[in-house]
Amino acid sequence: MRKIRLATVWLDGCSGCHMSLLDVDERIIEFANRIEVLYSPLVDRKEFPDSVDLTLVEGAIASDEDLHRIHLIRERSKVLVALGDCAVTGNISGMRNSYPVNAVLQRAYAENAGTRNGLPQRGLPVLLQRCRPLHEVVPVDLHVPGCPPRADLIYAVLKAILEGHLPQNIHTRFG
Amino acid sequence: MGGHRLPACDPQTKKLDNNMSKEFTIRINGRDIPAQEGETVLDVARRSDIYIPALCHLKGLSPVGACRLCLVEVKGVSRLVPSCTTYVHEGLDVITDSEGIQKCRMVILQLLFSERNHTCSVCVSNGHCELQAIAENLGMNYVRYPYRFPALKVDASHEKYAIDHNRCVLCTRCVRVCKEVEGAHTLEIIGRGVHSLVLADLDGLWGESQTCTGCGKCVQVCPTGALFEKGKAVGQMKKRNEFLPYLMSMRSLNR
Repeated sequence: MRKIRLATVWLDGCSGCHMSLLDVDERIIEFANRIEVLYSPLVDRKEFPDSVDLTLVEGAIASDEDLHRIHLIRERSKVLVALGDCAVTGNISGMRNSYPVNAVLQRAYAENAGTRNGLPQRGLPVLLQRCRPLHEVVPVDLHVPGCPPRADLIYAVLKAILEGHLPQNIHTRFG
Repeated sequence: MGGHRLPACDPQTKKLDNNMSKEFTIRINGRDIPAQEGETVLDVARRSDIYIPALCHLKGLSPVGACRLCLVEVKGVSRLVPSCTTYVHEGLDVITDSEGIQKCRMVILQLLFSERNHTCSVCVSNGHCELQAIAENLGMNYVRYPYRFPALKVDASHEKYAIDHNRCVLCTRCVRVCKEVEGAHTLEIIGRGVHSLVLADLDGLWGESQTCTGCGKCVQVCPTGALFEKGKAVGQMKKRNEFLPYLMSMRSLNR
């Protein structure tokens, strides 16, 4: 049987969803013969592969780089899963949306800066006016909310996808 | 206490405590259920273990039909009606869970989430929130409407309590408990539509209110983390509204 080519992506989130993925613990061994992890913060590949079967995306779309990446990811992924509240709702990443970007940057890099204060001039992705959930930017095949989604839920979702179907009724809550 | 009290009237059932109510049978989802005059469809459903989601309804407060989550179909009525303000009568035939109702509830629920900033993960009421629980029960996995992200304030001027307008669903439970039970009527809705806010003494800081007794009933009946006790961290604000049925039963006994 051909292995499922999996990618996991970390956009504007805290990596808690990836931690929850690892909390699947020893059950991950069940997947070892079924899944090939092509791209992830957990492996060393630098470029998103040309074609993957399943991509789990943690985090919201907050910067020009996120925006560029998510379009590429969507194009190259057969199934795209929004993993966790930031990807599904914007969540904590989206809390800045009630204020203009400049005010947010000023607050973080000037008002609250301890030593080197001043706005970053280069080398950082430019923040979008609004941090957005994935489905506002690209079509999403499955939403898995939770902050983070429970490990049992991630396990159940992966298992269902390996068995060839997207779970229809996911029982979980935000937060 | 003065001696001129009127016979106790439950604002929920509008029923005087004189044991004169009529009984009849109504039908919910094809099931025959005995009901009493003065009960609402929601009352009957709740005590018959039929799930109807509702946010603004709370037993002991007058029904207002504000949140629209409890909409049901009534045979012979072409539109959906809120079950919390629909009183039972002989021959009433109700459906609580058709595909149309589910769709309608999902739209209402998603609009509630998109209207303000409900960030469950950092909310004092995470895990104890009625809005969050309804989303879970109805299987809402995302919100298809664009979030508004309004810039709303938090009023923490009160000594013991705070109000975070980001989490308010305008159910008016706090307004009603303050007016109907505590008798202070400190809180009221100010503004219209999406710009409505629950404010103290028409438009003041809560901490400077001349009328607030500091009883905290509003906090305990609030279904979300909008009203909370100060000093509570994420997930620690568990509401305790058991006082309401107790006060109502004492009132019905005229005590």
